[in-house]
Amino acid sequence: MLLKALTEANGVSGNERNVRELILNEIKNYCDQITVDSIGNIIAYKKGNGVDDKSIMLSSHMDEVGLIVTGITEAGFIKFKPVGGIDERILISKRVLIGEECIPGVIGIKAIHLQEPTERKNAVKIKNMYIDIGAKNKEDAEKKVSLGDFIAFDSEYIEFGHNMVKAKALDDRLGCAVLIEMLKEKYSFNLYACFTTQEEVGLRGAKVAAYTVKPDLALVVEGTTCSDVPGTEEYQYATRLGEGPAISIMDRASYSDRDLAMMLYHLGKKNHIKVQFKQTTFGGNDAGSILLTGIGVPTAAISVPCRYIHSPVSVMNKDDFEGCIKIVKLFLKELENKPIKKWEVIK
Amino acid sequence: MELLKKLTQTFGPSGNEEMVRELIIKEIRDFVDEINIDPLGNLITRKKGNGKKLMFAAHMDEIGLLVTYIDKDGFLRFSNIGGVSQYYSLFQKVMFKNGVVGVIGYNEKIENMKDLKLDKMYIDIGASNKEEAEKMVNIGDVACFLGEFHTNMNKVSSKALDDRIGCFILMEVIKSIQKHENDLYFVFTVQEELGLRGARTSAYSVDPDYAIAIDVTDTGDTPESKPMALKLGKGPAVKVKDSSIITHPFVRNLMIDTAKENNIPYQLEVLERGGTDSGAIHLTKGGIPSGVLSISTRYIHSPCEMVDMDDVKNGIKLLTLIAEKKL
Repeated sequence: MLLKALTEANGVSGNERNVRELILNEIKNYCDQITVDSIGNIIAYKKGNGVDDKSIMLSSHMDEVGLIVTGITEAGFIKFKPVGGIDERILISKRVLIGEECIPGVIGIKAIHLQEPTERKNAVKIKNMYIDIGAKNKEDAEKKVSLGDFIAFDSEYIEFGHNMVKAKALDDRLGCAVLIEMLKEKYSFNLYACFTTQEEVGLRGAKVAAYTVKPDLALVVEGTTCSDVPGTEEYQYATRLGEGPAISIMDRASYSDRDLAMMLYHLGKKNHIKVQFKQTTFGGNDAGSILLTGIGVPTAAISVPCRYIHSPVSVMNKDDFEGCIKIVKLFLKELENKPIKKWEVIK
Repeated sequence: MELLKKLTQTFGPSGNEEMVRELIIKEIRDFVDEINIDPLGNLITRKKGNGKKLMFAAHMDEIGLLVTYIDKDGFLRFSNIGGVSQYYSLFQKVMFKNGVVGVIGYNEKIENMKDLKLDKMYIDIGASNKEEAEKMVNIGDVACFLGEFHTNMNKVSSKALDDRIGCFILMEVIKSIQKHENDLYFVFTVQEELGLRGARTSAYSVDPDYAIAIDVTDTGDTPESKPMALKLGKGPAVKVKDSSIITHPFVRNLMIDTAKENNIPYQLEVLERGGTDSGAIHLTKGGIPSGVLSISTRYIHSPCEMVDMDDVKNGIKLLTLIAEKKL
């Protein structure tokens, strides 16, 4: 299954090669041209019918949050720092895989009875954690691990409960899976499906991809935060699992083009596909980079809600994922042979 | 004054600038050669010339609120659009684009003002349940603060003087210019309050030789205020530095010299925190020498911002002279 393969591949920001190879292999028969640019983005181009001359960019990022090796202690334990936004409290006792060779390790901390009272009360800091790869000493560890190696969570894709999926990196491999689906169709316009790099460290890949593509409009397909869980007031939910993909209105990085956002929402409603608005405005995604490119690009974002996002156990609902595929497909069909708002000359 | 009143009272939170844009187009249509709206909604107007390309920018957007959730009793939860202070927001009136007015309430007893959080505020539009509320307002709808326009002595107070005062100045400059050689672009930008966004893309398309943004800035002339060398009524301010830009000496001196030559009072501004459109413009493409003309403003981002009309008039005079000057 594609989503299983995608989420189980490791691609911490800046180190997306495995994911890229997997995607390149999936899309090679569906595109007119495939480019891998200098920062590692895949730009997959499908030519339109030649009459409809607009260019539409889809964007999903290949990278995932993770860790990076910053030191090795004399006793052979690995010190690390985060890559992307990670709540450090989730890290203890997690399994990880280090580097190209996927060296297994576990994240540890000194035993509770040895912790000072203040240490017990406060959340454990990354600087006090280490990764245990079972090495005898520093020399032994250095044979397997180097400074700068990327560290990914070790977590299987599992389906459970009522249509639920648990995996790491659903953010944003689910978006990559949606884009791959879209490449299988034909369109009147020029389609650029961009699988971007380094989103989690500052929306970087999308910035250069959008500059290359110079699209007339763009849609970002994402995994987004969801907190419909105990301890959260309903108005703070952000999104709800099982209520369909979420349309962004505004977040820290972008303000969606209102016409496009409403179009996405109403396409869902009209076709009896569950859809919701994202109810909070924190976070940001590739839309923030794309929209400010060149003369400006009208941009919107559709996201599948993920509980426990940026952890090894993010959870999504398969129906939300399927709904996302349907709405993005309808959205692209709707835009066929239609003029779009670009540059309006008043006088 | 009637025009400034209309401008400030018009609805236009970031990303929702269309009503302000329409008003500006209507007012300046006959005074410019070209009017364009770009993909993000910036209004780019031009008075053609054969000389250097000079871009003036003022932002149309104001801070506001975005509805994120409607509860079963018809109360609205919201997020801030731009720098909304929790202290300024409590028990203020807000208005939606369709004219619906709401009041901001708090869902706890307030014991310590320090603990105020926007997250605990809601908008009460008088609906008795969710269905009733949804007839007036939906998730994603946007509201601006209400703040009436008043004049007192030489001072004007209103909501959204940040940055309709800049829009007003540019509109007056457009109308006052007589002869000019410069190729003049007057850009009314969007989404400044969200991160200088419209300025970035419009500077990319205009690609000017020089740029000047017009915006409000803080003052240090109220009781116990943080020391700052700016006062209302002492002239428009020529910005030296804020957190987004160190202004280009050529543009800065152009403003200072023109003011001196024409006996226009001016002040120099160093703003510790905050930025404006020039911050984005000067880093566009290969770099664009940029400056800022600021209007000292009290109570910025409150519903009762205050400026002195002498500063505004002198600002108009100064920018008109710069626009007409051969560069």
